[in-house]
Amino acid sequence: MTVSYLGYILAAYAAAAAVVGGLILRAVLDHRAQVRELAALEARGVRRRFRRPEDEA
Amino acid sequence: MLTVLANPTRFMALSGRVLPWLAMAAAGLLVAGFALVFLTVPDDYQQGATVRIMYVHVPAAWLSLFLYLIMAMAAVGTLVWRHPVADVAQKAAAPIGAAFTFLCLVTGAIWGKPMWGTWWVWDARLTSELVLLLIYLGIMGLWRAFEEPSAAARAVAVMTLVGLVNLPVIKFSVDWWNTLHQPASVFRLDGPTIHSSMLWPLLIVAAGFSLLALALHLSGMRTEILRRRVRALTLQQARRSEVDLGHIRASGAGL
Amino acid sequence: MRAFVAIIRRDLLIASRIGGAGALPLVFFLMLVTLIPFAIGPDLNLLSRIGPAILWLAAALATLIGLDRLFQADAEDGSLDLILASALPAELAIVAKGFAHWLTTGLPLALCSPLFGLLLALTPQAMMDVAASLLVGTPALTFAGVTGAALTARLRRGGLILSILVTPLMIPALIFGVSAAQAASVGAASFFAPFLVLCAISLLSIVIAAVAGAAALRGP
Repeated sequence: MTVSYLGYILAAYAAAAAVVGGLILRAVLDHRAQVRELAALEARGVRRRFRRPEDEA
Repeated sequence: MLTVLANPTRFMALSGRVLPWLAMAAAGLLVAGFALVFLTVPDDYQQGATVRIMYVHVPAAWLSLFLYLIMAMAAVGTLVWRHPVADVAQKAAAPIGAAFTFLCLVTGAIWGKPMWGTWWVWDARLTSELVLLLIYLGIMGLWRAFEEPSAAARAVAVMTLVGLVNLPVIKFSVDWWNTLHQPASVFRLDGPTIHSSMLWPLLIVAAGFSLLALALHLSGMRTEILRRRVRALTLQQARRSEVDLGHIRASGAGL
Repeated sequence: MRAFVAIIRRDLLIASRIGGAGALPLVFFLMLVTLIPFAIGPDLNLLSRIGPAILWLAAALATLIGLDRLFQADAEDGSLDLILASALPAELAIVAKGFAHWLTTGLPLALCSPLFGLLLALTPQAMMDVAASLLVGTPALTFAGVTGAALTARLRRGGLILSILVTPLMIPALIFGVSAAQAASVGAASFFAPFLVLCAISLLSIVIAAVAGAAALRGP
């Protein structure tokens, strides 16, 4: 009985691992992309004025 | 506390220090919880080993609601104080909530196959989660529909709160509809009584998942603040080059 | 109050000049009802059993049509700003706009549903139930839509996102509407319990649309 359900349990945990892993991967990659973009902009000499960037939006 | 966090720069500094600890605590709790689940939890007399699916399904269901609550609280912050950090908190919570809602549905379906003999049953709980997923997806779509972040935040905040008011109504309707069409569901994923040897691991796992979600949310907020800085700088650059162009044009006209 | 009536009259006038005042939603409604037998076959027993559900689904879909222009057109020509700047509270202005929209979509659908019920082999009792449930239930559909329309008023392409936002909000009205409408044909439950809940949902969605819509339209 236990063995016959093993596939379902594995599938459920695999789905959980995929979703959580995907979320973590997305968070890391997105963060890196923004950091890189910001560095590139600053390297081009665009500097942040001393006000909150959101004020512009 | 809130006023300290209200400044994005200070928020970045503080969250940067908290985030690693949060992530480590989440990982520790999850490892400990799942070790308990696989080593100590006995098979359920009714559901057999599939009871282990519950340890992913129930935390996912809880987080789907928890992240909606976070989103709703941030929505109040957006509407009342018009604060950019609240906007960011709203935006970062939506995809995480949607992901856990999706996980809840998937694990529910996988659990349903051996229990009900079919992948999907229009069970009241699963159906309500499905509607919640639709609302999450609509909110994420609304974020993308606006070009301007603050206008998007305001519209999404209103939609989130409308959703919050509607969720109990939807839940009530779906429950009612469910009892109308199928008298009683045979199995329930969370039984009325749960033995303490099964409850403790569940609480630990749920706490671990919650901390994980909070860490993801914090990290998402940080990324979103960076994204807004990038956007502001790009706009600034565009404006400056426009001014330069204007100079060139003006001097060209002078010649 | 005069401003309230003026908004309704203006929207009805616009609708009558452009959309034939409720004729087009009705045609769309008829088309949806016509499509179903093509999809599931002309089995009259089956059709009469699911007829109320078909009529309700068609009403929900027909309500979505034209919602995206409800505030968008006013936002584009500037009349929305005038309405918001007027002495009439924005909440009431939204109720007026929604009411006018209902008069040209929901009301004609509810009144003509017995006629379309003939196509679906409904019994006279079922026709009356469907018409009554649509009469009190379509405001819930319309005002769920009004909420979404206010949210997407300033978007240039808000049609699809509007439908995606609004459809989940229509679920409660659909559930109770169909079960009230089916009371006669299926005999599952009494007519009045779901009917009264439907009335409550309609009133609730008017309030939600007024408050949420005003918050959305007053935005930056």
